[in-house]
Amino acid sequence: MSESAHETGGTGPSHRSVEAGVAVAAGILGAITVIGSLRVGIGWGDEGPKAGFFPFYIGLIIVFSSVVNLVQLFAAANNNAVFASWGQIHKVLSVVVPTAIYVAIIPYSGIYVASALLIGLFMIWLGKYRAIVAVPTAIAVPIFFFVTFERWFLVPLPKGPLEKLLGF
Amino acid sequence: MFDDIGNLMHGFSVVMQPHNIVLMVVGIVLGVIVGVLPGLGGANGVAILLPLTFSMSPTSAIIMLSCIYWGALFGGAITSILFNIPGEPWSVATTFDGYPMAQQGRAGEALTAAFTSSFVGALFAVIMITLVAPLVASFALRFGPAEIFSVYFLAFCSFVGLSKEPPFKTVASMMIGFALGAVGLDQMTGQLRLTFGFETLLGGFDFLIAVIGLFGIGEILLTMEEGLSFRGKSAKIDLKIVVQTWKQLPRYWMLSLRSCLIGCWMGISPAGATPASFMSYGIAKRISKRGHNFGKGEIEGVIAPETAAHAAGTAALLPMLALGVPGSPTAAVLLGGLLIWGLQPGPLLFVEQTEFVWGLIASMYMGNIVGLIVVLTCVPLFAAILRIPFSVIAPIILVLCAIGAYTVNNNTFDVVMMLVFGVVGYFMKKANYPLAPMVLAIVLGDKAEESFRQSLLGSQGNLGVFFSNWLVGTVMTLGLIALFWPIIQNGLARVRGSIGSARPVQ
Repeated sequence: MSESAHETGGTGPSHRSVEAGVAVAAGILGAITVIGSLRVGIGWGDEGPKAGFFPFYIGLIIVFSSVVNLVQLFAAANNNAVFASWGQIHKVLSVVVPTAIYVAIIPYSGIYVASALLIGLFMIWLGKYRAIVAVPTAIAVPIFFFVTFERWFLVPLPKGPLEKLLGF
Repeated sequence: MFDDIGNLMHGFSVVMQPHNIVLMVVGIVLGVIVGVLPGLGGANGVAILLPLTFSMSPTSAIIMLSCIYWGALFGGAITSILFNIPGEPWSVATTFDGYPMAQQGRAGEALTAAFTSSFVGALFAVIMITLVAPLVASFALRFGPAEIFSVYFLAFCSFVGLSKEPPFKTVASMMIGFALGAVGLDQMTGQLRLTFGFETLLGGFDFLIAVIGLFGIGEILLTMEEGLSFRGKSAKIDLKIVVQTWKQLPRYWMLSLRSCLIGCWMGISPAGATPASFMSYGIAKRISKRGHNFGKGEIEGVIAPETAAHAAGTAALLPMLALGVPGSPTAAVLLGGLLIWGLQPGPLLFVEQTEFVWGLIASMYMGNIVGLIVVLTCVPLFAAILRIPFSVIAPIILVLCAIGAYTVNNNTFDVVMMLVFGVVGYFMKKANYPLAPMVLAIVLGDKAEESFRQSLLGSQGNLGVFFSNWLVGTVMTLGLIALFWPIIQNGLARVRGSIGSARPVQ
């Protein structure tokens, strides 16, 4: 259903190659599980099955089903479907990249300042809002979260230099 | 039986306490918002808000969280009917006739029908839970490790047999969940495993982080890619329309009953609400006299999927309560909540935590009544939320997800893991791997493994223990049938095909 929608969406990486990538990644994960299980022992110890006993077979099943998925993928006729058009990928990255930066600065700036930056810049860059709308929203939302979490539910969230300056 | 009624009445008295009523309304409102917004689903919403309940009593906590769940079930219908955007996968079938009705200016009628049939479906399922759950639980008290494992086995195999994704993708996704769940401390031997020396992996992967990432961040990425712009029909709902619609609804009692039964049946198996809604819609279309009108704005096409989805969503809590096996991702998150509050899900809950269990069951009755009133009165408000552009909503949801992920263990590394799970979820969803079995496997992995190893310990490694008596044998056989169902179905189709070979094969 969703694939057919993308066929008309312009050029981009082929659905087939991305799907193959997912299958290979899953297979590697399975192999890692097998290796990790072998390290702790997969046999029968004093207290019954060893720690690696269960994950070992889990890993084997992952590898096996990934191989089947790969084989099925290449056995089927290539319909030349596009995974997502470059424009769509650009849009997805425009969320992933700021979020990655956001996540990276939280330990240093605290969650409130980082959130204000994320909301403000997101609105200005992607929403094309003027600063006069975006800035108040970006400040109001973290303050609302602060009151809800720290005051109402008594859940402390990561705080940075600014909060220290304000005496929290 | 009479004990149960007494317990239920006691449950009602707990639920009726003022602060619990407030939590209920808060939960419903949050739930509807969660159901309306893209990127926040029932499972994800409950996961984000779960840490807020750590300081509450388990009964109050479960009341609020289960009400978020009911709210999300109601909320999905609003976006389907007014915006033609299913807020939740189980409300996809509601768009088929709900949106055409809204286009014809019958939005109020469609919404009333949807909410009322949701309510009917839920009520039917709650009554079933009230009657059946204590029986199942007392029966399950006699289960040994082998029987417990067989129930897990059946639950996971049903995923393979019933999901619409390719079976090997379901298996891969599920087993990755088990592998992730196995990382960290092995509960039986106290040994560390699969950590490869990374300190951050000592605690293993938290399923709440996985849920928030896979369902929350992943969903936002998908929504962003599709570049949704919300253009909705206006929602006008007043008492006159409500009463008018209610007057016609009793005519469809047969349809409702059938949809309730489909919902309950599908909800108990972990396939859940989404296939139930489609199945109910499909059957209604085939049976109804007005079947040719389905898809053009037929009220029956709204009643059927909504009743079934809500019945299934509610019935999904039955196996969670009675057996400790959740029937849906959201039920899995609730089950994770029980573990965090220090309660052991499963049949013993009915013996040891009667107040909790019956408080929850009573809150299902109350929550759905409160929910029906809230959604009927506040539809325009909720619809207005969707008119806020996505470029404002998206960063706020991202922030909420980050807060939710952080509060699980007060750990900023978890927020990084959330983003990783989000990107993984995006690729898995695009490559047609189901996410629900993965989440369930992360939650249940340890328990399934424990029962598996205990059974083998008892039998000195002999796999025959899983077929050692009629009960465990039957459940395991059912599991195997479910596991190989795609192949069996294929075989049956081929047999039928060879009999009717006169027909041209496509």
